[in-house]
Amino acid sequence: MNMIKTDILIIGAGPTGLFTVFEAGLLKLKCHLIDALPQPGGQCSEIYPKKPIYDIPAFPEVLAGDLVSNLMKQIEPFQPGFTLGERAQTIEKLEDDTFIVTTNKGTKHHAPVVAIAGGLGSFEPRKPPITGIANYEDNGVEYIIRDPELYRDKDVIIAGGGDSALDWSIFLTDVAKSVTLVHRRNEFRGALDSVEKVQELKNEGKIELITPADVVDVIGEGNVKGVSIKRGAEVFNKACDHFIPLFGLAPKLGPIADWGLEIEKNAIVVNNSLDYQTNIPGIYAIGDVNTYPGKLKLILCGFHEATLMCQSAYQRIFPEKRYVMKYTTVGGVEGFDGTKKEAPKAVVKAIT
Amino acid sequence: MQDIKLHITDREGVTHNVDAPTDMNMNLMEVIRSFELAPEGTIGICGGMAMCASCQCYIESKHELPEMSYDEDAMLAEAFHVKDNSRLGCQVFVKDNLDGLKITLAPEE
Repeated sequence: MNMIKTDILIIGAGPTGLFTVFEAGLLKLKCHLIDALPQPGGQCSEIYPKKPIYDIPAFPEVLAGDLVSNLMKQIEPFQPGFTLGERAQTIEKLEDDTFIVTTNKGTKHHAPVVAIAGGLGSFEPRKPPITGIANYEDNGVEYIIRDPELYRDKDVIIAGGGDSALDWSIFLTDVAKSVTLVHRRNEFRGALDSVEKVQELKNEGKIELITPADVVDVIGEGNVKGVSIKRGAEVFNKACDHFIPLFGLAPKLGPIADWGLEIEKNAIVVNNSLDYQTNIPGIYAIGDVNTYPGKLKLILCGFHEATLMCQSAYQRIFPEKRYVMKYTTVGGVEGFDGTKKEAPKAVVKAIT
Repeated sequence: MQDIKLHITDREGVTHNVDAPTDMNMNLMEVIRSFELAPEGTIGICGGMAMCASCQCYIESKHELPEMSYDEDAMLAEAFHVKDNSRLGCQVFVKDNLDGLKITLAPEE
């Protein structure tokens, strides 16, 4: 198994995690980021890419999505590595005080410093509050469609009213034996194309729509045999092989909560007066994921925390080296890709 | 500027009578957080953008509330434990006309 090696392993590729790459790069430290989402940007990309932010210094207004693309451009010279679509699962401290972080897919990362910039946690599917549903997970209840072939020639019931519920309902009509879509409202709120396509497939009898209704129970012994659906006052059972609730994603602190870190108010306690280190030396927590007296969950505060954290990380990695902070205006920015940005030099040349 | 009285029942079933300021541009979610009536991290997770339902509450009095925005309506279409009187606390701002409002926090998802 390959091991990804880096100087600072950053968990969470939101704005704070991304800016850490820049500050680390100035110190010639390499970074690798892990994020459960398939794209960088964290909440900014996943929840509100089109929403404006007004409190980024020197940006009177910037869209969250643009902030992320700007950060990606800013850190490009430092060639960060990414493990995307995987959740940091376990951490192991080695005898030499370095760490191995393994994701839910088994990817291993080795670094002397771990910076948790996990925001609100990793984005996980929202699970409907159905008693006992956990017993059926991967036995006919799936919150994420990983392999559509699983549904070949099966009876499938999908619940939800957003884009992913619509899109998968459409897609699975070509694969599954039958597709039923259950939604609490009569109206769907997806892309217009998808809504129209579902209407068309319904008219052709390829999708059965049950609205306004909720799936209230799962039936079966070990494996899913059907679900119980409530429409108005009426409750009825419907047979199926798979029940796929698609209600979007919500952030959960997740496995990080079990890493032995001090947790308070769903956040990781850090030393604010010094370097945002946690109770485990070498593991830092920056941005929305940490807490300390007076904590504010602001992107601009995350940037500050990342900057101080990198200085401490440098001292940890090179305890014997002396270093003083250098302004980028003075020192320029030397990328690991060989690029160098610097202020234009004045020349001394006679004008004749 | 005068405070208004809000009667907020938390997730444990305890009712709190709180004074909420009308001049701070606060919404119900922020009032609940400021009085710490639900633990941090369990309410207002998205920060008040109507993009999670962690501040869902049931309106138990007959006050006239502002109309729902598209975003709030869309979120409540996907949220759990939704009832006819569900609103997202982050979308209801503290105004004079809400004096005496009674709300109950919806269960945590």
